Amino acid sequence: MATTTKKTVSSNGQAKAARVEVLKTYKLYIGGKFPRTESGRYYSPNELGSICLSSRKDFRNAVVAARGAFGGWSGRAAFNRGQIVYRIAEMLEGRSAQFVDELMQQGATAAAAKQEVAAAIDRLIYYAGWCDKYQQIFSAVNPVASSHFNFSMLEPTGVVAMVAPENTSLLGLVSVVIPAIAGGNTCVVLASATKPLCAVSFAEVLHSSDVPGGVVNILTGKADELLEHMASHMDVNAVVYCREDAKAIEALKAEASLNMKRVHVYNKNWQKDEAQNPYMIKALQEVKTTWHPIENIGGAGSGY
Amino acid sequence: MSKKKKSTESALNSGWDLSPAPESTGHIQLNDQYGHFINGKFVKPAKGKYFDTINPATEKKLASIAEGSKEDVNKAVKAARSAYENVWSKMPANERGKYIYRIARIMQERAREFAVIESMDGGKPIRESRDVDVPLAANHFFYYAGWADKLPYAFPNQQPQALGVAGQIIPWNFPLLMAAWKIAPALATGNTVVLKPAETTPLTAMKLAEVIQEAGLPEGVVNFVNGAGATGAAIVNHPDINKIAFTGSTGVGKIIQQAVAGTDKKVTLELGGKAANIICEDATIDQAVEGIINGIYFNQGHVCCAGSRLFVQESVYDEVLQKLKHRMESLIVGDPLDKNTDIGAINSKEQLSTINRYIKIGQEEGAEMYQSSCAVPKKGYWCRPTLFLNASQSHRIVQEEIFGPVLAIQTFRTISEVIDKANNTPYGLSAGIWTDKGSKIFNMTNKMRAGVVWANTYNKFDPTSPFGGYKESGYGREGGLHGLSSYLNFN
Repeated sequence: MATTTKKTVSSNGQAKAARVEVLKTYKLYIGGKFPRTESGRYYSPNELGSICLSSRKDFRNAVVAARGAFGGWSGRAAFNRGQIVYRIAEMLEGRSAQFVDELMQQGATAAAAKQEVAAAIDRLIYYAGWCDKYQQIFSAVNPVASSHFNFSMLEPTGVVAMVAPENTSLLGLVSVVIPAIAGGNTCVVLASATKPLCAVSFAEVLHSSDVPGGVVNILTGKADELLEHMASHMDVNAVVYCREDAKAIEALKAEASLNMKRVHVYNKNWQKDEAQNPYMIKALQEVKTTWHPIENIGGAGSGY
Repeated sequence: MSKKKKSTESALNSGWDLSPAPESTGHIQLNDQYGHFINGKFVKPAKGKYFDTINPATEKKLASIAEGSKEDVNKAVKAARSAYENVWSKMPANERGKYIYRIARIMQERAREFAVIESMDGGKPIRESRDVDVPLAANHFFYYAGWADKLPYAFPNQQPQALGVAGQIIPWNFPLLMAAWKIAPALATGNTVVLKPAETTPLTAMKLAEVIQEAGLPEGVVNFVNGAGATGAAIVNHPDINKIAFTGSTGVGKIIQQAVAGTDKKVTLELGGKAANIICEDATIDQAVEGIINGIYFNQGHVCCAGSRLFVQESVYDEVLQKLKHRMESLIVGDPLDKNTDIGAINSKEQLSTINRYIKIGQEEGAEMYQSSCAVPKKGYWCRPTLFLNASQSHRIVQEEIFGPVLAIQTFRTISEVIDKANNTPYGLSAGIWTDKGSKIFNMTNKMRAGVVWANTYNKFDPTSPFGGYKESGYGREGGLHGLSSYLNFN
């Protein structure tokens, strides 16, 4: 741990006993609460401290929470979701020093850490704006030949299980979680195994941002333990996988066929602006087409 | 049973006094005098001329306001041009968006203050300024803020580019909301702004200038020049303005279209209306009556899209009329700051005389007038909710925009007939349809020659929803994705 003890000197020149820092317990985030892993297992990546090694049971609990939150969250007005995502950015901006500190504990330079936090905040703002706009880009009124008003619009796919990028602690997680919830989905995301600190702290940001409990659930632990459960869980609608294990990807895709999960594998440079676009939202949407009859009487339609 | 019913009715009709519930003005800070807002600062007018803005509910002066001259407009355009060339057009789009988000957030924080001032200066009920004007205005900034860095998705393969300096002239019926409708898309698309508020309602624009200062917007990106028609003309005719956005009367709109004919200025005009509000026999009548009331008496009828022509299918005419009169009796006319008030003060003495002139014309033309029996305050400008029965297509109260709480009622037998009647107007801003049959809604909305059609609702607005007219109600759209294009050039 990056805990240092310094001797401080009080104003009258006498040496004071050094204050002992209170260490943080890193927990999971499930259904708006911060439980420890039910398995009682921990690991300590790069001696960062005790990190929960989430179990299948933790994952299943998180899916229950995500499913429970889906109705309410997907039913929110797009504008309201935009306000809440914006609020997440406000909260993160206010706590940026903490995240910079954690990124540096996990090996980033000060400059890189600052840049990553700023990029994560700006990415939140970017998707806050999309909440009430992607529908206008991707929906359509379809000129069917019969006398019907026919339109297609997007609806969220449902509960999404995610394996966040391994090489970034904060920005990668934000880059996959936010487009999912901007579009009204709820999710269970597994944080970077080697750089989990920012994910845990990001849960605290979400918790103070009017994001309803259960919309985002954050687990820490090992992808090779949890991926098969993500792939096989019958109440998960889609899986987003952001690592490069080819065998795991093949197994995931095969297992996902159980209930036809949508599988998205992303391998992007998350630091770049190209990693953000409305197609990240669209990927986790279903298209619904509605037919409505149009009566056809009266009015020549040729009037001024 | 019948006795009980009677007592309920009389309670609604007259003897039911509500205690006054005025919104406090204690936290409102207004200066005695406002100049212009140019290059990030409040400045005095070049020629030193001022006029008064008054509270139309009390006829008391609220502040004196600068009257903009050509010199003032020149100064504002220069500031806007310089801000465009040196700062705003060079700023990354997402950073530009963050400034606009700031405006939205500060407006949300100061919402109550805005609502109170809007009601004091313009006469509209606090219920409307608090629940409609101010939140919609803030939401408009929030919505367009997000577009700033997403324009290529809205216009693929067209390389959208800002125009430069936008000159904007807004009316007095929704002063803050119209400022938001104009400024938000202009900034999001990368333009800078010179805006003239209406002369009877400049105060919330001055408060918006404070918000813009507080948001730290670069100087000169948004400039306000106060004044009346001559100031507006100076903006329209200014050679260094790239775009004119005007909301107001069709008469002035025509003058503007003519004035810019020989220039490259882009123009959007959001003008008058004379909307048909159509009640079919299969409508839910109680709901429709609420829609009629909202359609014509919202904001004292000072609404370009007001449902001022009511068409009722003959078979339900008696029921609609009886319920409509009954509902009108329960409307409270009075202090705009009272939370119980339904209809506030008429915006100005001039507008009140226009409305009264039309009320006289309606009677002279032979339509039968009905007004609610409510009391109105002695001081200030007031008009009781009014309707005219037996109006016909040829009546001036049916053809011309009154811009007040005056409804002209006609009947119809067939859908074909009402479509023809509804479209028989030079205007084409909006329309309303009331029926429980979905297929009929789409039939009629398809056939209305109007830019906005409300089905089983009325006077609904949203930042994501484009608004604007057909025919002599103007051209261009404000709001939604479509509201962006009139502030952009395309390759």
